[in-house]
Amino acid sequence: MNTEGRALELIERVRAKPLRFRDERITMAHGAGGKATQTLIEGLFAPAFKLTDLADAGAVDGLALTTDSFVVKPLRFAGGSIGDLAVNGTVNDLAVAGARPLALALSLVLEEGLAADELRAEVEAIAAAAAAAGVDVITGDTKVVERGKCDGMYITTTGLGRSDPRASLSPGSLSPGDRVLVSGAVGEHGTAVMLARGEFELDAPVASDTRSLWPAVDALLEASGPSLRAMRDATRGGVASVLNELARASGVGIVVREAAVPVAPAVAGACEILGIDPMYVANEGKLVAFVAPTGAEEALAALRAVPGCEQAAEIGEVTSEPQALVLVETAFGGRRVMDLLVGDPLPRIC
Amino acid sequence: MKFVDEFRDADLGQVLAGQILATVEPGRHYKVMEVCGGHTHTIYKYGVDDLLPENVELVHGPGCPVCVIPMGRVDDGIAVAKQPRVIFTCFGDMMRVPGGNGTLLEAKAEGADVRMVYSPLDALRIAKQNPDREVVFFAVGFETTAPSTALTLLRAQREELDNFFVFCNHVTIIPPLRALLESPDLRLDGFIGPGHVSTVIGARPFEFIPADYGKPVVISGFEPLDVLQSVHMVLRQLAAGRSEVENQYTRVVPYDGNLSALEVLAQVFELRPHFEWRGLGFISNSALKLSPRFADFDAELRYDIPGVRVADPKACQCGEVLKGVIKPWECKVFGTACTPERPIGTCMVSSEGACAAYYNFGRVAREREAV
Repeated sequence: MNTEGRALELIERVRAKPLRFRDERITMAHGAGGKATQTLIEGLFAPAFKLTDLADAGAVDGLALTTDSFVVKPLRFAGGSIGDLAVNGTVNDLAVAGARPLALALSLVLEEGLAADELRAEVEAIAAAAAAAGVDVITGDTKVVERGKCDGMYITTTGLGRSDPRASLSPGSLSPGDRVLVSGAVGEHGTAVMLARGEFELDAPVASDTRSLWPAVDALLEASGPSLRAMRDATRGGVASVLNELARASGVGIVVREAAVPVAPAVAGACEILGIDPMYVANEGKLVAFVAPTGAEEALAALRAVPGCEQAAEIGEVTSEPQALVLVETAFGGRRVMDLLVGDPLPRIC
Repeated sequence: MKFVDEFRDADLGQVLAGQILATVEPGRHYKVMEVCGGHTHTIYKYGVDDLLPENVELVHGPGCPVCVIPMGRVDDGIAVAKQPRVIFTCFGDMMRVPGGNGTLLEAKAEGADVRMVYSPLDALRIAKQNPDREVVFFAVGFETTAPSTALTLLRAQREELDNFFVFCNHVTIIPPLRALLESPDLRLDGFIGPGHVSTVIGARPFEFIPADYGKPVVISGFEPLDVLQSVHMVLRQLAAGRSEVENQYTRVVPYDGNLSALEVLAQVFELRPHFEWRGLGFISNSALKLSPRFADFDAELRYDIPGVRVADPKACQCGEVLKGVIKPWECKVFGTACTPERPIGTCMVSSEGACAAYYNFGRVAREREAV
C-alpha cells in the first residue's frame, strides 16, 4: 500500500473512535448539527443517559416521544414562521421514527416587549399547522424573560406518537445495495431563512419547505414497509449530515450521484453565490429514506404521489466500502468525500 | 444555472481528459502547481484529479488567504477583539484559525463581540449603526479582496466615520511566488496562475516566471473545465518546449489587469517592508498596510497590538504544504492530531486550504489511468 493509502487508513481509524467532548466552552458550532454537535451528543449526552440508539424519537411501550426547541431568527420568513416549524419539526421527528403523531405539548419563552400581535400570529400559525398535521396541542407552559434575553420568542414542543406496526426501522440496518431516496428538492428552508436575515442583500424566490412529513411516511410504510430500513428528516446540517450519520451508524459507505439530487434553480443560484453546498443546507419538510433494493421502485412511486413530494428522487446507494464514509460522484465526472461540517456552512472569502 | 453549468459539462471534461492523455509523454512525471486556493477547492470539489492521468500531479500552492496568516497576527486580532468597546468583524473562515491562544470563535464564546461579515462594507454598515462602538475589520486576502477594503476605506473617509478601523493583513501574490521559485527543494514543471488575483493585477506580473525560471504559467478560471483546460495548456507548452504566460481566463482577466482597482490600491495602501507568512517566514515587500493618509483608520495605530511572533507548532508542516514540497497527507499530524474540528495548522481551516480540501473532499483512494 502506498503512503497515501496508509494515511487514509490511519485517518479512518482515528475517525472510528468514539467522539469525546473536550471543548472548554460551548460555541455556535455546537448547535449547527455538524461534527461539533455530534461530539456533544456522543461525548456527553449519550453516555450520561446511557443511550445507545440515538434516534429522533425515543420509544416507550408502543409510544414514541420526542422534543425540539426552535430559536429561529427572524421569526417569519418566506414560506412559514417559527410557529409552523415548532409543529412540523416535532411532528417530523415522530414521523421519521415510524410513529403516527398524536399530540403536542407547547412551551413558550417570550421576550419582554414582544408585540401581542406577533404572539397572536404565531399561536394561530401553531394551531393551523397542528390542524394540518392532524395533531392536537394538549398542554403547555409560558415563561417571560427580560428584554434582550431571547429573540422575540423561543418555542419548545414535545410530541407524542404511536409507533406504526408497519415500521421496522433502525439506523444500524443499512446494507450494501440499499437505495437512498429524498422526498423532494433540498436546501429550501435554510436558504429562505438566510435570505430573510437580509445579510446578503440577495433576493431570490425561495420559500421554506416546512410541512408535516407524516403523509410521506404513511405512503412509504404502506408501499414498502418491510423494505424500509431507516428514515431521517434532513434538518440542520442538511441531507449530507443525515447520510454521514447513517453511514457511521451502519458501518457502510454511501455513494451519492450529485446530478440526481433535486435542487430548485433559485436555491442552487443562491448557494452558488454564497459558496455553500445545498446538501448541507437545512430542510424542514424533506426526508431521506433508505430502502432495500426490492422495495425501492414502489417506495419512490408512492412518495411521488404525495402532494409536495412530486420531485422525490433516488439519489444514491449504500455500498460496503469505504465504511462510514459518504462519497459523491460529481456531476463533472469525478469523485469526492462528503463529510460532516464542523459547524455552520461558511461562505467563502473569494 | 446558465453561464456556470456550461463550465461544468461532464462530456467536455472527458474530451479534455482525452486531450491531456494524448499530450503527456509516457514515463514522464509532471508536477503542476495551482497557486490559488480557489483552484485547490475546485479540484477537490469536482474530483478534477480523477480525470487526470496518473503521471500528472497537481501541487497545491500558497494562494489561500487564510492559510498564510501567521499565528501571531491571529493573537493580535483577538487582543483587539477583546477591547471593551470593540465590535470585531471578520470573514467566517478566519473565526476558526488558531492563534497561539485560541481562536476568534472561542474569544466570542468568552464574551468578545466578534461578528462574521461577508464584505468590508458590512463592517462599515455596522460602524454606522453603532456610533458609540468601535468597529474593526480584520482584512485578509490577496489583491483579490484588497480593492474592496480600499474602497470601503475611501467611503469611510468620505463619510468622515471616526469609529471604523481596519486591521490590515492584505498580502500580495508575486513575492511569495518568487520566494517559492528560489527555494532549493522545489520541483515544479509549471503553474496554474491565480485567476481572481489576475483580474486585478493582470497577467503581465507573472512574466518573470517563464523569463527568469523557464516555467510555463497559465492564468486559469475556477470552474472545473477551466482548470482542466489550463492543465492541458501547461502540458502543451511543456510538450512544445515553450514557456510563457498564457491566459485561459480571458472572459474575466485583462492582460494588464484592472487599472482603476490598481489605482485605488495605490491610493489607500503602501507596501510593508516585511511581513511574516505562515510557514514561509518573513518575505520582503509582500504585504500591504494603510498609507499615512488613512492612519486614522489603522487599527494597528489605534490599539495596543501585542505584535508577538508565535512560532508555528513543531508538528505542523503547513510551510511545506504551502510550498508544495509535501502533500497534505504526508504531514505527520494530518488527519490525526490535526483535523478540521481541531486544526493545528491554517491549511486545515479554510475550505481553500490544501489540507482541509483534501480532508473534506479528497480522502478517496484513487485509481487513475497509468501512462
